[in-house]
Amino acid sequence: MTETQNLTLVQAIRDGLATEMREDDDVLVLGQDVGKNGGVFRATEGLFDEFGGDRVVDTPLAESGIVGAAVGMAAMGLRPVPEIQFSGFMYPGFDQIVSHVARFRARTRGQFTVPLTLRAPYGGGIRAPEHHSESKETLYAHEAGLKVVVPSTPRDAKGLLAASIRDPDPVVFLEPKLIYRAFREEVPEEPYTVPIGEAVTRREGDDVAVFTYGAMTRPTVEAAETLAEEGIDCAVVDLRTVSPLDREAIVEAFEATGRAVVVHEAPKTGGLAGEITAIIQEESLLYQEAPIGRVTGFDVPYPLYALEDYYLPTAARIEDGIREAVEF
Amino acid sequence: MTVFDRPYDDPVRVLDEDGAVVGEVPDIDEETLIDIYRQMRLARHFDARAVSLQRQGRMGTYPPLSGQEGAQVGSAAALGDDDWVVPSYREHAAGFVRGRSLKRTLLYWMGHPDGNRVADGVNVFPVAVPIASQVPHATGASWAASLRGTGEVFCCYFGDGATSEGDFHEGVNFAGVFDTPTVFFCNNNQWAISVPRERQTRSATLAQKAEAYGIDGVQVDGMDPLAVYRVTEAAVEKARDPETDRPRPTLIEAVQYRFGAHTTADDPTVYRDDDEVERWHKKDPIPRLEAYLRSEGVLDDERVAEIESAVESRVAEAIEAAESAARPEPRELFEHAYAEVPAELERQYEDLAAVRESRGDAAFIEE
Repeated sequence: MTETQNLTLVQAIRDGLATEMREDDDVLVLGQDVGKNGGVFRATEGLFDEFGGDRVVDTPLAESGIVGAAVGMAAMGLRPVPEIQFSGFMYPGFDQIVSHVARFRARTRGQFTVPLTLRAPYGGGIRAPEHHSESKETLYAHEAGLKVVVPSTPRDAKGLLAASIRDPDPVVFLEPKLIYRAFREEVPEEPYTVPIGEAVTRREGDDVAVFTYGAMTRPTVEAAETLAEEGIDCAVVDLRTVSPLDREAIVEAFEATGRAVVVHEAPKTGGLAGEITAIIQEESLLYQEAPIGRVTGFDVPYPLYALEDYYLPTAARIEDGIREAVEF
Repeated sequence: MTVFDRPYDDPVRVLDEDGAVVGEVPDIDEETLIDIYRQMRLARHFDARAVSLQRQGRMGTYPPLSGQEGAQVGSAAALGDDDWVVPSYREHAAGFVRGRSLKRTLLYWMGHPDGNRVADGVNVFPVAVPIASQVPHATGASWAASLRGTGEVFCCYFGDGATSEGDFHEGVNFAGVFDTPTVFFCNNNQWAISVPRERQTRSATLAQKAEAYGIDGVQVDGMDPLAVYRVTEAAVEKARDPETDRPRPTLIEAVQYRFGAHTTADDPTVYRDDDEVERWHKKDPIPRLEAYLRSEGVLDDERVAEIESAVESRVAEAIEAAESAARPEPRELFEHAYAEVPAELERQYEDLAAVRESRGDAAFIEE
């Protein structure tokens, strides 16, 4: 019997960091307030005491410095796990991400690699101040050379984090902070990985396939349960990794029903829903029974929080989107 | 000799911790002195009420400024009528001095879209949350003023942590190169959330960073509002004069302390000890100025009580006004993203409106 702990998602991330740091002395975390303070969301709580200031590093307030230094460390064989306090503050480090993190392997023909895991809380719904709620996963997914992971459960979070840290390529690990403490799950104490690039079916269903990830998984499952009462049977697929997408899982789930809806809180235009739709077009045109629906954030700058409930997809909007696809 | 001809680690001082004069008192008329005192009291009371609103669930996360009133009010009061403030997110008091309303400040932290608007004629830039990102804006804005010959000076506020960001260095460097009329005002409150000032830089002072960019740098006791006034006034005067023989931009390091948390989401007891907080409380800018003004016969019990009660009603009125502001309509999501709402956004709004029409607000807002 594997021993487990009942953890929230943020606790599972903390546990995942601790587990990987115990497994591999080359793993270290660096960022703002990750040390003595244990992270502003407590994602690194206790790590400073266990591993010391050389492996749990409070840095100056400089995102380009954090990411750039992690590039150098990773190139020299360490496994840095830089944290950016909120994904909205990633952009001073963006030059490093785009110009170097994503390209080091390709431009040196594999001679230099930067296997770092860049963690950041992301997404909306917590009444946060300006710049604290955006969903910009598309920016990273568009960047060849990066993998982009978005967990939606505590158990996945720990396993995907371990897989990211051990991965030979750089991973952007986006943590949906809306569900940091939303629910608990039994999480194995021992080290384990959940493979990057594999989607998982959260709900089986014969009428329509709904694709989503991260914090949107819960309202999507909720919408599916409501619709089940009306006799609409939805499959819900949690992508878990948004780059590379699990093409096979998308195609298989779609072909089983011929109808699909994609749900994400990121804005619609250029969002991953478009990419998923394109995959379906390429692979499964003849299976298609209805237009593929998109239930997403709107194409507007993320609002101050008094309006965020209108911005974010809710179970009700998701239900309507699914109904439209089914009733076409 | 100017106020800038001094070692970087020798802060300009006017009052000691008890309000006794220890330096050159700036030439400030009585009315302005009382106004500085009043503005500090207003900020302190506003701050306490804002924290309490957050605790009661009536406002979102809020960054308190308690302890930093002397730096904000002393500097903002030294600006000319047409000068500008370019704030970070903690400069509520500097905003109030320049005419930004209490109500809009509350609305911003209540997540209301009107909170980011500044009344016409109030020369205050919008709040900048990403650290140091406003520094190059201040350089550019003051550069524009210089190119157009308006004579306006721009006072840019940021914290000690901001001096680690590239934007700080790029903004200050540009100011040096283009000799812009800018005052870079660093509110060094010792802590960037949990990271102490010593951990931001190995430099002995932040003021000395000016040296690298060829501009003046000076340290001031940031909890001494008169010292802050004096040094800001000198920096503004120099910035305004295109013929000055010194560089026009100045970096002021105002040494101070935040008594409270970084924001209401932060617990400072995790990373700093009570003794330190206690030590800095002895430098509290408000009793210091009050003691000085009483000794000068400018303030007495009656006047202080009058100010106190005026401040309390002003804050109470602002809270009431902010809380009774109309709830924003979802249509506002789509306004102002562009000069004209594009067709695709109109379509997206119609989708939202249709859901709202058929299912009501319950479709969006979980009770």
